[in-house]
Amino acid sequence: MKSVRAAELRLSLPGLLLAALGFLALLAPFMTLAANRIVAGEGLTAWHLAGPDVTLPGLIAIVSGLILGLFAAWPKARLIGATLGLAGIVWLLSQSASPLLEGAGEYARVSPGLGFWCLLAVLMLVMADAITSLSPGPRTRIALLASMLGLLAIVLGTGLLSDLSIMQEYASRKDAFHAAALRHLTLAFGSLASATAIGIPLGILCYHGPRLRKIALPVLSFLQTIPSLAMFGIMIPLLGWVANSYPAAKAMGIAGVGFAPAFLALLLYSLLPVVANMVAGLQSTPEKARDAARGMGMTTWQLLMRVELPLGLPVILAGLRIALVQNIGLAVIAGLIGGGGFGTFVFQGLNQTATDLILLGALPTVALALTAAILMDVLVELTNPTPRKAS
Amino acid sequence: MIEIDKISKTYDGVTAVDEVSMVVDTATITVIVGTSGSGKTTLLRMINRLVEPSSGEVRINGEATHTVAKTSLRRRIGYAIQGHGLFPHYTVARNIGTVPTLLDWSQEKIDTRVDELLDLFSMQPDKFRDRYPAELSGGQQQRVGVARALASRPDLLLMDEPFGALDPIIRAHAQKDLRHIQRTLGSTIMLVTHDMEEAIQLGDRVAVMDAGRLVQYGTPAEIIQQPATEFVAKMAGGVERPLRLLSLYPVSDIIEEGTAEGEPLDANTCLRDALSICLWSGRDVLPVVNEGVPAGRVTLAAIRARAEGPT
Repeated sequence: MKSVRAAELRLSLPGLLLAALGFLALLAPFMTLAANRIVAGEGLTAWHLAGPDVTLPGLIAIVSGLILGLFAAWPKARLIGATLGLAGIVWLLSQSASPLLEGAGEYARVSPGLGFWCLLAVLMLVMADAITSLSPGPRTRIALLASMLGLLAIVLGTGLLSDLSIMQEYASRKDAFHAAALRHLTLAFGSLASATAIGIPLGILCYHGPRLRKIALPVLSFLQTIPSLAMFGIMIPLLGWVANSYPAAKAMGIAGVGFAPAFLALLLYSLLPVVANMVAGLQSTPEKARDAARGMGMTTWQLLMRVELPLGLPVILAGLRIALVQNIGLAVIAGLIGGGGFGTFVFQGLNQTATDLILLGALPTVALALTAAILMDVLVELTNPTPRKAS
Repeated sequence: MIEIDKISKTYDGVTAVDEVSMVVDTATITVIVGTSGSGKTTLLRMINRLVEPSSGEVRINGEATHTVAKTSLRRRIGYAIQGHGLFPHYTVARNIGTVPTLLDWSQEKIDTRVDELLDLFSMQPDKFRDRYPAELSGGQQQRVGVARALASRPDLLLMDEPFGALDPIIRAHAQKDLRHIQRTLGSTIMLVTHDMEEAIQLGDRVAVMDAGRLVQYGTPAEIIQQPATEFVAKMAGGVERPLRLLSLYPVSDIIEEGTAEGEPLDANTCLRDALSICLWSGRDVLPVVNEGVPAGRVTLAAIRARAEGPT
C-alpha cells in the first residue's frame, strides 16, 4: 500500500527541471513598458504589474500549474497543470496591459518580457512531455491541436491582447498581414507541391537506377549545403538574366527579385528530403517480399504501386514533412528579396529595430511550422500500412 | 512434364550453373540439394526466369519458357521462398489472392479459393482470413506462403528452402503437410534445399548439385545406395546412410507371417522407427497391425538386411 503511494507521488525529473526553470523565470521581468515602439523598455516582474486582484489569481495559476507538472505518475495532472499555467500567463498579460498603459503617454507600448517567454516555453514543454506520456491516438492529437488553435483564436479574436504592442503592430497593417500570410502559405505549400511533383518521379528513377542515384543525391545534398542567404542571392542574377533574355518568362512574372526566385530556392531545398526519403521508402520493402512479388509475376509497375509505395508511404511522407516544415521556416528569407511572406515583417522590424514587428513575422511562422509538423506526424502514423503486432 | 535442357548461367565469366539437363515428371516432388554456392537456387530461378539462362532452355509441358512473357510465365508457376516473403501490409486473404488478382479472377472466385486453401492448410478461414502476417506464428506464415504459391492452381510449384526458417518440430510438420497436400492436389513441385535429410524425406527424385553441375539425379534410395561421387556419398550422410535408407521404406514391405509379443506396430511405420523400437525395448520381433487388425510380424534380422549397402 505504502509503496504504491510512494510510486504515485514520485516526481518527474523533467518536471523538476522545468518547474525550477519556471520559478526562476517568474523572477525575470514578465512585461516591459516602453515610451514608444523603438526604445528599450523598463522590465516589470509579475507582482508589480497591477493590483493584487489581477496578479494574485495569475500567480496562483502559474505556481499551481508548475507544481502539478511535477507528478511523474499522473500525466493528466501535468497536462492540466500546463493548461492552468498557460491560462495564468495569458491572464496576467491581458489584464495588466491596459492599466500599465494608463498615463504612460500616447506612444507607450507594453510587450511580453523575458519572464513571459520563458514561462511560455517551460509550460509548453510540460504540456508536450505530458502529451508524450499519454501517447494519444491520432484522433486525440488532432483534437488537442484543434482545441489549442481554437483557444488561441478566441484569445486573439476577442481582443483580450489588443493592448499589447505586437497586436498594435498587427492592427496598423492588417491587410498587409493577411496578404503576407497567404503569400507565405503559397510559397511553402506551392514549392512543396512542385518539389513533390518533381521529386517523386525522380525518386522512383533514382531507386531503379543506381547510376542516376549516385549523381542526383550528392547534387541535391550539395544544394542543401548552400546557405539560404547565398541561395536567394544566387537566384537574383540567375532569374534576372532569364527574365531579360526571354520575354515570355518575364511575361509570366519571372524576375530577379520577388516571388519567382524565392519559390525556386525553396523548391531546390525541398528536393533532397523528398527524393532521399522517396528512395529510402521504396527501399524499405523487405527483400523477400520483393522477390516473392517478382516471382509471382508482378510487373515492375505493379510491384511499385501495390507493394513498394504502400510500404514506403510513412517514410515518403516523413520526407514531405521535413520539406514542409523547413520551407515554412526558410520562406521567411523570401522577405529579404521581395518575395513576400511573414519575412517582410521580420526584415522591416530589423530595419526599424522594432522588436514587436519582428515578432509579428516570427510568431505566426513558428505556429505554422508547429501545426504543420503535428498534422504531418499524424498523417505519417495513419498511413502506416502494417498494423501493430498483436500480443 | 518439365524438361530442363542443357541450361547454363555464367556471371562475368564465372559459371554458376553448368549445362544442367533433367526431366521432372508431372505430379512428383523433385528436390534439388547441394551446398551453398552449388548453383541450386540459380537453377530454380531460371525456371521462372527470375534469372535469365545464358544458354539452354526449359520446356513446361512442351512449351519453351522463353517464348512466353516473363510475367505471364510466372503467374502460371507457384513460387514460395524461405522466410515466406508475405506482404506485411496485406491480410492473409489478400496475400493468398495475389496471383488470382493479377490474373483478374472475380472477387467471389478469389474468396472461395482463399477459404478452400486455408481449410486445406488447417487454418480456419473465419479466424485467419483478415489477419496480418505479423499476427501469425512462423509456422502459420510459412503455410500462408505455400498456400499463396498454390492459389492459381499452377502447373508447377517452385520452392526455395521453404522450411529453412522453421524450428525442427514445426519443420517436420510442414514437410508432412506438404507431402499430403502434394498427393491430394497432384501438384508438380521442385524444391531447393541444403538439407539431404529433407531431400530424402520429401523427394520422389533427388538432384544433387555440386559446383554448378548436376552430379546425380535419381530416387532417394539410389542416391544413398549408389552415390555417383564421393561428394554425393558425403552429402548422403556417411555413417548415417543405413538409417536414412531405412527411413524410406514402411514396415509393410518386409512383413512376414507369424505373431510376436508386446506393443504392436502400425504397418505404415518406417523401418527406421521400427529398428529404434526394437533397440529401445530389447525385442527381436515386433507384431504388426494394419488399421488395427493383426497383420503379421517384423524381425530385427529382416530390418538389418534392408539396411545393408551394396557389397
